Amino acid sequence: MTQRLIGSSLPRTEGHSKVTGQARYVDDISFPDMLHGVTVRSTVARGRIRKIHFDPAIPWDEFTIVKASDIPGRNRIALIADDQPCLADGIINHAEEPVLLLAHADKQLLEEARRAVTLEVDPLPAIFDIDDALAKKEIIWGSDNIFKTFLVEKGDVDSAWAEAYAIVEGEYHTGAQEQLYIEPQGMIAQYNPETGITVWGSMQCPYYVHKALMPLLNLPPEKVRVIQTETGGAFGGKEEYPSIIACHAALLARKGGKPVKIIYDRSEDMAATTKRHPSRTRHRTAVTRDGKLLAMDIEFIVDGGAYTTLSTVVLSRGTIHAGGPYACPNVRIRSKAVATNHPPHGAFRGFGAPQSIFALECQMDRVAQQLNMPPDEFRRRNFVHEGDTLAVSQVVREPVNLEQLMNRAFELSEYRIKRERFARENQTSPVKRGIGFATFMHGAGFTGSGERSMGSILAVEATKEGVVRVLASSTEMGQGTNTVFSQIAAEALGIGIDSVEVVTPDTSVVPNSGPTVASRTCMIVGKLVESACLQIRETLMLSGLLRSGYSAQQFKSACRQYIERHGTLRGQSQYATPPGIYWDDDKYQGDAYATYAWAVYVAEVSVDTRTWETRVEDFVAVQEVGRVINPVLAAGQIEGGVAQGIGYALYEEVAWREGRMINNQMTNYIMPTSADLPRIRVYFEEIPYKHGPGGAKGIGELPIDGPAPAIVNAIHNAIGVPVDRIPATPEVLMQAMEGALV
Amino acid sequence: MSEGQRATIRFSVNERPESVTAHPLRRLLDVLREDLHLTGTKEGCGEGECGACAVLLDGEVVNSCLIPILQVQDARVVTIEGLAQNDKARLLQESFIQCGGAQCGICTPGMIVASWNLLERNPLPTDKDLRNALSGNLCRCTGYTRIFDAIKTASGKLAQAAAK
Repeated sequence: MTQRLIGSSLPRTEGHSKVTGQARYVDDISFPDMLHGVTVRSTVARGRIRKIHFDPAIPWDEFTIVKASDIPGRNRIALIADDQPCLADGIINHAEEPVLLLAHADKQLLEEARRAVTLEVDPLPAIFDIDDALAKKEIIWGSDNIFKTFLVEKGDVDSAWAEAYAIVEGEYHTGAQEQLYIEPQGMIAQYNPETGITVWGSMQCPYYVHKALMPLLNLPPEKVRVIQTETGGAFGGKEEYPSIIACHAALLARKGGKPVKIIYDRSEDMAATTKRHPSRTRHRTAVTRDGKLLAMDIEFIVDGGAYTTLSTVVLSRGTIHAGGPYACPNVRIRSKAVATNHPPHGAFRGFGAPQSIFALECQMDRVAQQLNMPPDEFRRRNFVHEGDTLAVSQVVREPVNLEQLMNRAFELSEYRIKRERFARENQTSPVKRGIGFATFMHGAGFTGSGERSMGSILAVEATKEGVVRVLASSTEMGQGTNTVFSQIAAEALGIGIDSVEVVTPDTSVVPNSGPTVASRTCMIVGKLVESACLQIRETLMLSGLLRSGYSAQQFKSACRQYIERHGTLRGQSQYATPPGIYWDDDKYQGDAYATYAWAVYVAEVSVDTRTWETRVEDFVAVQEVGRVINPVLAAGQIEGGVAQGIGYALYEEVAWREGRMINNQMTNYIMPTSADLPRIRVYFEEIPYKHGPGGAKGIGELPIDGPAPAIVNAIHNAIGVPVDRIPATPEVLMQAMEGALV
Repeated sequence: MSEGQRATIRFSVNERPESVTAHPLRRLLDVLREDLHLTGTKEGCGEGECGACAVLLDGEVVNSCLIPILQVQDARVVTIEGLAQNDKARLLQESFIQCGGAQCGICTPGMIVASWNLLERNPLPTDKDLRNALSGNLCRCTGYTRIFDAIKTASGKLAQAAAK
């Protein structure tokens, strides 16, 4: 069979329902007799709850009220460390911490009631920044405020300093960033004493929610059912937090005896749910006279907020990416995730890598400047090639050609011509132009031994009509899971795309193919789709019902005959580590990821030195992501990621006051609009990856890693002064400029 | 809320006459979604910033989260469901699918309503026209590039259809 499905831009499977308004998101679903639920939250960052006041003007007997003491099981959100309560029980550790739940049929009265509950709290001193956490100004978590520490060592950093021609130090800061999916978070729960709990909602990881509900409600797995509704964007923001909302809705539904829907409004969603970890990175880099990296000593710290959530794994990815795509003989990376009294930070596309890559790529430009060498030449002398080792001592075993990516990106962006032209023109213009770039990589799939421990399972089953149903817990959240899985399945079986159905994730129907995170869905789970489909084909062939060279019609009739004879036709596959992949969790060395996507991004900016506003005028993104399965969807992923990266670099600032986000509105938290962005130009180099479905690697997170450093390097090129933090707002630029003048 | 505070408002939605008795300040968005079960119109922010709730009110794009139902008396409202009944607007919806203008889909109904309104006023929009016309509709997935492509593709198809 010759198929041309992999590599073609088939239209999005659920596109029609989305463009006609028929797609059903959680808030579009209602049940008879349904109540609405709200959350009463702490307004202080740390303290002891002394008393909860209920204003007598509210008819409280009409309400379902849930307190920590109403939890039948364990008052914890099961995730990694299980340190986060579902409802605060006596102690408050961050502002917006959930304390009490209310449900009522009348939304308006419910909102009045929420405002009529007052928490009497004895405040305790709180800490909000990395320095205070490290200095143990207050101990707010464990014995030392440290969620996790990693140490990566390669070669001998300490003995390298003496040989250095130059040593360059730098410190870099990144702020929190809100995922800002346009569909706010929400869940509906229905409880039945016989059958247990069912929840519907907007989420990335149905089995995380399943895992959280069981111990909370003391229910066995078969009495917990989680169903994903159409999900209006997630970007990591719906990785772990939906478990909390599901737990809350479930508690209200159980106590109230009616279905309960909780939908966050935008301000609650922004203030209370997770954001990207703020970070501080310190670099000390030694180089030789001819621009070879000799040593990199990196300290990488992220602010995890009040509970562990996913900080340990965010830190891990950030740590491993901190050394970048460079062959440096001596590397030390010391990293820590610390506790503060911020609401817990969590997953956001890139997962720690955007922070550490921002620091590294700014530092690379700074070192090049010290060497009086063009930044591209400095990188060229240090790029990893096949056979070289990365910071975690991983030997690169795939063809990687960053020079070629860089050359192509430079040609497309006219990097050299513009660099020269801007240097000339900037002298006479108040609007300074600049062009900068970043070279980077992003590991696909879980870090280290993560995929092996997860052991994802996926199934496909054929129907009598010859329709192949893909059963996975991997969710569609806009990135194209449905379409890409359909393409992979149809290609593997030699059937039409219309004969594939990707089943809506429902834990009572689909096996656990793992969470929809870590750029793993297409590459890791997609490979399972491929193998399970090949099993079905083999079964049909072995049974003599199908011969090679079959037509789509013959496939259908073979399915029918097989099912008539045997009842079911099913294929199941489980993740197996590709051969030769080994990771040492103790030394933090080895094959951190089975493969990486590689990229060079170039940003062109203008900085108006009268207002210090920066605009991105042009953006070129060149990447090698293995085989591209669907060019339109893949480019859409890159463009969207770059747009978020531009927001991260320039506009998106979370303003905090006493640990609360105070600009929790779209009016004053500024994400890029169509008027703020250039046309994002996306180019792929395709080198098939042999363990990916059809040769594909993961791509979802890659595009958020490069824009911030490329833009900040372009600003440096424009104004002649380095900037060490994002978002690079007018205030930051003005301060950088004034600092340089002093 | 007492009965005395309620008003009966008559208007049309997608060319169908409707009559709703509600508090006069009830948001058009809630009337559409909850009373008329037209859930294609989405709520993204509730403060007129994101455009997910955009509908046409007497031919103008409005954020239905900011429109009290009182203001809709005798008006013509068109939602995404209404555009799906319009052959020409369907060309625009198809272009969104073809060009990758919809990802998660939550901003898509508002985006299509706003871009349809633009095409009605300006059948051959430039990039600049598009940027300005759609700057009130936020999309977190696409970076807007493919939304513009979709509108331009539709603009071409519509011009072709008109020439026939």
